[in-house]
Amino acid sequence: MKNSVISACRRYADDRTRLMDILLDIQRELKGIEPAAMDRIAGRLGITRVEVEGMVSFYTFFSNRIKGDIVIRLCSDIIDRHAGGGEIAKCFSEALGIAVGETTADGRFSLEYIPFLGMSDQAPSAMIDETIVTCLTAEKVRLICSRLQAGVAPRELAAHTGDGNNGHPLIRSEVVNNIRCAGDVLLCPVPDNAGLMRALQRRPREILEELEESGLTGRGGAGFPTSRKWRVAADTGAERRCIICNADEGEPGTFKDRVLLTERAGLMIEGMTIAAYTVGSDTGIIYLRAEYAYLRSYLESLLRARREQGLLGKDAGGKRGFNFDIRIQMGAGAYICGEESALISSCEGLRGEPKNRPPFPVESGYLGYPTVVDNVETFCCVARIMDRGGAWFGGFGTGKSTGTKLFSVSGDCTRPGVYELPFGISVRELLDLVDAPEAAAVQVGGPSGEMINESQFGRRLCLEDLATGGSVMVFSRRRNILEIVDYFLGFFVEESCGYCTPCRVGNVFLKKRIEKIRKGLCELEDLDYLRELGKTIAMTSRCGLGHTSPNPVLSTIRNFPLVYAALLKERGDGLQASFDIQSALEESRRLAKRRSMIYDPNYDEG
Amino acid sequence: MSKQFKFEIDGIEIEARHGQSIMQAADDAGVYIPRLCDVEGLEPQGSCRVCVVKQNGRVVSACTQPAIEGSKVENETEEILGYRRDLVRMLYHEGNHLCPICEASGRCELQAMGYRLGITQATKYPYLQPVRPVDASHPDIVLDTNRCILCGRCIRASRDIDKKHVFEYVGRGIHKRVGVNGNKLADTNVELKDRAIDLATCPVGCIIQKGRGFFAPIGERQFDKKPITLGVGPGKGRGKP
Repeated sequence: MKNSVISACRRYADDRTRLMDILLDIQRELKGIEPAAMDRIAGRLGITRVEVEGMVSFYTFFSNRIKGDIVIRLCSDIIDRHAGGGEIAKCFSEALGIAVGETTADGRFSLEYIPFLGMSDQAPSAMIDETIVTCLTAEKVRLICSRLQAGVAPRELAAHTGDGNNGHPLIRSEVVNNIRCAGDVLLCPVPDNAGLMRALQRRPREILEELEESGLTGRGGAGFPTSRKWRVAADTGAERRCIICNADEGEPGTFKDRVLLTERAGLMIEGMTIAAYTVGSDTGIIYLRAEYAYLRSYLESLLRARREQGLLGKDAGGKRGFNFDIRIQMGAGAYICGEESALISSCEGLRGEPKNRPPFPVESGYLGYPTVVDNVETFCCVARIMDRGGAWFGGFGTGKSTGTKLFSVSGDCTRPGVYELPFGISVRELLDLVDAPEAAAVQVGGPSGEMINESQFGRRLCLEDLATGGSVMVFSRRRNILEIVDYFLGFFVEESCGYCTPCRVGNVFLKKRIEKIRKGLCELEDLDYLRELGKTIAMTSRCGLGHTSPNPVLSTIRNFPLVYAALLKERGDGLQASFDIQSALEESRRLAKRRSMIYDPNYDEG
Repeated sequence: MSKQFKFEIDGIEIEARHGQSIMQAADDAGVYIPRLCDVEGLEPQGSCRVCVVKQNGRVVSACTQPAIEGSKVENETEEILGYRRDLVRMLYHEGNHLCPICEASGRCELQAMGYRLGITQATKYPYLQPVRPVDASHPDIVLDTNRCILCGRCIRASRDIDKKHVFEYVGRGIHKRVGVNGNKLADTNVELKDRAIDLATCPVGCIIQKGRGFFAPIGERQFDKKPITLGVGPGKGRGKP
């Protein structure tokens, strides 16, 4: 243990801000970070053990107990669940002889759930160490388990590899891209470095003007104008600036960045380099979610190749004085790190908690330097805009939402996958493309977005109407809306960082009340309770997670009132439906060792 | 000399210096904004959210939000009071707050805030009733995290003033709690004289000094006599009362 800790700390020069990497290395090597290891890490880095414990206990992929040599993580997302995830979990359990959450006695396997793997288009799915397995069936699970038990390494499991770069020697994954519709901006054939070369011939000011003309807004979902973000970073006086690519897509139902990282990673790095040149940055970071670790070696190889080609590093792209390089920061399982300031905290080796604003990251972000954080898709768009021009890009989409958008479509449809379409397309048009004649409800923008009903399928996907980072989940009439709401709330309860009161506690209360409604123990007044509680959480929370976490409840109360009405009871007797006097008395009966004179009708016979 | 400017809180004109938070400016002007995680002498962190106000129509935490020249801040409106009540209720229901048997009763800021906001009976939320072990390992100090409201005042005091970093948040979401630098408090270098242990640091009865229990009789403690406001209580604010 001692040596592993020391060498991991040395690898990062005992730098406290690289604690994420140190812990990731130790977790991989020792399969856990026990208190004794935490003590050692703390000693090396000159911090207290409880700080290390704070980190280990924050991220899902770290554990303070030793896990099995191979960790199998089952995606517990609602789409996976609808696709038979429960049955798959049972198969794994039986084959390994352990329940979910346990480790085999011989220490070879651990089995657990993770909230969202990013494979909704090929569900049910699981992650075995860093290897992804998809489209699981009972038979496939049994085969996987017997091969693993026979000593086959997880990365050797894939019988065949997926399309495109999924077959690249450094990826070799069975994941498929499922590109169903390639649009005119990103998924069509794109030339290498055309955007970067044009950009480097121009002044930063001209690049900002071009971006402004394009109308490009952040592709993560919030829709902030990219040019404005970059301008603030460029205008904030600082000795260094930082460019971060947010490749931490964790919104359930989103997987389009997975496809971009596989097929358009070059374009993304180009976009980051253009950003660095524009705002004057020397430091780039790709924050890659832990679930996409299978793409890491491939991405590293691209960065290496670009360094060799002179496109990164000193005098990048042949531009004298433009020094820019990129490192990959792996995540460790925390949805909140998709929030830009939480992501920065994580890059700094801290718990992935959002920071107070102001200052905004563009003024003071990573290590206090002005920092531009943009989504994978946004950087890809930038490179294309530099090649083809802002006016060309602005010609797609709507007035406020220009360009094309990648939609990740999953759920009850025949053609799940990634669709690149101009902003402004209606939900109905999209449903036709994905072939979802049975669709009765569509969740737009993931759990934090809005669930709409059939009469709203004419609504359009764009900032002016239904804003989305790209997640579109289709649910047929067979699905139980409240089960979905309950799952979404469970997701937020699990993923809330716990920093502020309303998000930490309020979401638990929302979930408890929805559970009660599902049991038929609620009345009409409970809807007021949910609305009021939801409003307090949304209004008083500190970051976007809490601002939007009540949306599953609030949007379904609005759009699916009959689902609630069917379960709510109207009682004339003034009693609470949820109160059962007999079960309330049970504990005192047990303690007093006698029955109740009033409530037990046959007391006398006692 | 930093620049002076004016803004309004509930229609009252307030003077502020550039760089001041809404809370600092309000404290200086003698206007009370309720708070739990913020206390004089520690970096504000904006986590309890009890100090939420509306600044030009946007809900923000007064302790972290800079005052803006000419802005209008709503502090004691029905809407804001409603949020604060919900937040204080959440804190009550998250932990185990049994005032009648708590050593801190009467000097507890959570209890005082409940009274101030008119929360005098059982509320609409479910009780989470956590079961957390009490740490009485230290010769001088008891840690009963069942009463912790995660304000982080002990964490910041220990880290920034005592320079010991004895406490830190561990866990995530509803499982988040305050951890100590060791298996138990006795393993740490915390001392009774630390600011983290000062009676003014913990707003509730989570950190208790041994041998000082009930040093003032209930009924004669500060909030028994006067409601919590500016200048009353440990979280009394930075400025003149």
